[in-house]
Amino acid sequence: MPRQTPFHSRTNALCESQNWVEWSGFFSAQTYEMDHIHEYNAIRLGAGLFDVSPLFKYFIRGRDAVALMNRVITRDASKCGVGQIFYTAWCDDEGKIIDDGTVARLGDDFFRMTAATPTLCWLQDNAFGMEVEIEEVTDAYGALALQGPTSRDLLQQLTDADLSSLKYFRMLETKLAGVPVNISRNGYTGDLGYEIFAEPGQCEKVWDALIETGVAYKLMPAGMVALDMVRIEAGMLLLDADFHSASTAMFEVEKTSPYELGLGWMVNLKKDHFVGQGALRRENARGPATCTVGLEIDVLALEKVFVQNSMPLQLPYQSWVDTLPVYSDSDQRDHIGRATSGTWSPVMKKYVVIGRVKPQYAKIGTQVYVEQTVEARRYAVPATVVKMPFFDPPRKRG
Amino acid sequence: MGNNDVIIIGAGHNSLVAAGYLAKAGRRVVVLEERSVVGGTAITEETFPGFKISPVADTAGYLSDEVKADLKLDSQVEIIPLDPIASSPEPDGTHLTIWRDTARTVKEIERFSPADAAKYPVFVERMTKIAGVVKGLLKMTPIDLPSVGLADIRAALGLAGPVLKLGRKNINELLRLLPTPVEDLLNEWFESEVLKGALAASAVKDVTWGPQETGTTFTFIYNWALSDTGLFRSASLVKGGIGELTKAMAETARGFGAQIRTDAEVKSIDVEQGKVTGVTLANGETIQADVVVSGASPRTTFLELLDARYLDTFFVRHVHNIKYRGSASRMHFALSGLPEFPALAGGETDGYLRGPIQIAPSITHLQRAFDHTKYGRPSSAPYLDIVVPTVADPSLAPSGKHLMSVTVKYTPYALRDGNWGVKGPEIAKLVVDTIAEYAPNFPGLIVDQTLLTPVDLETAYDLPEGNINHGEMTLDQFFHMRPIPGYARYRTPVEGLYLCGPGCHPGGGVTGLPGQNAAREILKDAK
Repeated sequence: MPRQTPFHSRTNALCESQNWVEWSGFFSAQTYEMDHIHEYNAIRLGAGLFDVSPLFKYFIRGRDAVALMNRVITRDASKCGVGQIFYTAWCDDEGKIIDDGTVARLGDDFFRMTAATPTLCWLQDNAFGMEVEIEEVTDAYGALALQGPTSRDLLQQLTDADLSSLKYFRMLETKLAGVPVNISRNGYTGDLGYEIFAEPGQCEKVWDALIETGVAYKLMPAGMVALDMVRIEAGMLLLDADFHSASTAMFEVEKTSPYELGLGWMVNLKKDHFVGQGALRRENARGPATCTVGLEIDVLALEKVFVQNSMPLQLPYQSWVDTLPVYSDSDQRDHIGRATSGTWSPVMKKYVVIGRVKPQYAKIGTQVYVEQTVEARRYAVPATVVKMPFFDPPRKRG
Repeated sequence: MGNNDVIIIGAGHNSLVAAGYLAKAGRRVVVLEERSVVGGTAITEETFPGFKISPVADTAGYLSDEVKADLKLDSQVEIIPLDPIASSPEPDGTHLTIWRDTARTVKEIERFSPADAAKYPVFVERMTKIAGVVKGLLKMTPIDLPSVGLADIRAALGLAGPVLKLGRKNINELLRLLPTPVEDLLNEWFESEVLKGALAASAVKDVTWGPQETGTTFTFIYNWALSDTGLFRSASLVKGGIGELTKAMAETARGFGAQIRTDAEVKSIDVEQGKVTGVTLANGETIQADVVVSGASPRTTFLELLDARYLDTFFVRHVHNIKYRGSASRMHFALSGLPEFPALAGGETDGYLRGPIQIAPSITHLQRAFDHTKYGRPSSAPYLDIVVPTVADPSLAPSGKHLMSVTVKYTPYALRDGNWGVKGPEIAKLVVDTIAEYAPNFPGLIVDQTLLTPVDLETAYDLPEGNINHGEMTLDQFFHMRPIPGYARYRTPVEGLYLCGPGCHPGGGVTGLPGQNAAREILKDAK
């Protein structure tokens, strides 16, 4: 049976739907209400509060902490200032991605790492001969994500720290409703938002304060269904959806590199040796085999398909994760890639999809065809390669 | 680059063999040895004044004939074959002695079991055939599974001869036997506990396993394949001590132009952009070469001399996981006279002390001795492998005096309770007491004694966990899995860096084979 996060007494009380899923061994709410759409709207128009405690968390301390981080991650950890956070990937020896997550520098020789998958063993394996202490702190901290346009103003009500000066991907230590917390400005929604870490015994107090004060800021607790919609709008990849971890992939063909996932910007080939560097250098020289792209489905064309079947247009009401073929032609002869997740974006009124295609089809404006099944028939529906993130409001960084 | 083509780290016997072959092929070779003497673990020194002790390795019975000939060692050293090859005195005053001559051994066995005596010649013939196939593997560069190339197939064809000669029935037998516990093998053939103990002892002498452990038939057959006796264990000495052999190897290498520097401790192997550039010595001196060959163990080479953070994660993990876990101690005694074993004197006595004596009175004794080790304790009733080298080579001690060298099993490197500083003297006393049970005059003859525990071996000879073979010689660490899968071809992830020590195929023993094989591959790469 899944475990309860430090917020469970509160999330459980609010979870009308009792629609729980298991996330890394913990109960996680899919939705709080019976339907997710209010939660989605709260994230984009007010604020959503997510319990993200199941994230795996690690402390890396010691003289070689920078060296270990630099051996593991693809970015240059020495460039991460104290109080700064890096979103980064880490790869296996063949340069295939194992996971992505954040690395926060808490001190000169002190990092906090978050990951979607258990990473302790990997860190230990790579720390051989280094003077470094690796501690799993997954259970030592509860974590919340407060995301949405009103999140800053809401949070400011509860802390003395000046949040207007907290920049994107920076963090600070402060008190929230009297509770010591670590607040970082980042998230998985592509919106203005924060992540808040607190010790388990104090978590309920933090939650209560946010919910109580949040009334004036259109705050709602939000679940995974709404989160998946907004992360696709934000063009953020999901493990086991848009890519698979090289450490659990059964077959070579399932593995991907950061270059293939559009994460080439975070691969620093110039820094000192890191795991997978050789392979990534070679891949960079020859160019990746596929490219991750944003696709916008031509909704009018899709409507025609439904009309052919004497039906009105039906759009996905929530996000989907799948592997749909992508073609260069409407005859579905030339297979060029796959669509891995997609959603109708209520805020943009667009049907957006994340996929991977051969590099020659990755240019913005290229027309491709995504397979859509209507009434048990497969159709190639036109879609255009567009810029990701699909939804990128200035407030995210501003 | 610089004055050297090849740097060889360490002057152990495999390094010297590699140096000899590479220098002979015209390479400018420099050998760097940390200690003041060459030879590594194959050295002879006057630990006690007037007594020449070979502290770690002492048998010359595994040395490859081809290496001997290629490096002209025959003319420089005298190898003394020992016969008998093993004598087992029994607590009840009887004994079993195994001779090179099968007919003579059969007579010995008859005293214990006429049935076993009848089967022994058949056993010898069958095992010799099977060992022949393993022998074919020793000089091969291991294949690189799963990517087997054309060259591998060609090399494998060389194996076809012995395999075909074996016949289909015996091939099945070989495959069945390799992972089998040696006790099961011997139970299939023999009934005498004494005979089974005498045969099984050599199978576990160099591994931390008992005869009931899986894969000990492999070590039994492996020893058989390597031995000069054509039987299950080797029995030869080098006149003047094993150090004479490595001195001769060094002379040969020098003769071919190699430079050998002692007191030259390598501190690091230097790498740039994934390619080796040379080494840095402890005194700060840097020496450059495009090829560096390490005779050190994989652990020392990859995790100490190289910076592990520049190696692949899986590689470091594999190197880290190589089993060493030494469990043999070495003990040496300076004696004022010859010990007398009344049990041995009762039988066919001519020169019984010329050969090794195994205190392994039964196969159960061996297993019980091992059982303690499983839980991190030294054996309370150890298995002792004893050689009195001065019987065959009186030059090793002052006139009338004798030397005794003992391999003590099992004394685990990692103790559950206490440490070797405390346990050492206890073990030394146990060894003396145990030998005294069989040779009552022994304690009175002791002039001096020294004990090398696995921890001492690690400290003095850079043998990780005191394992004299740079990694356990077990089936799972053999051939293409030695030192680790994917890197069994003497090459390493660092371009230009090679291994030549017993950590690679075919492994431990003073064979010269890892050094010879490594030199062949290095020369192949240079083409």
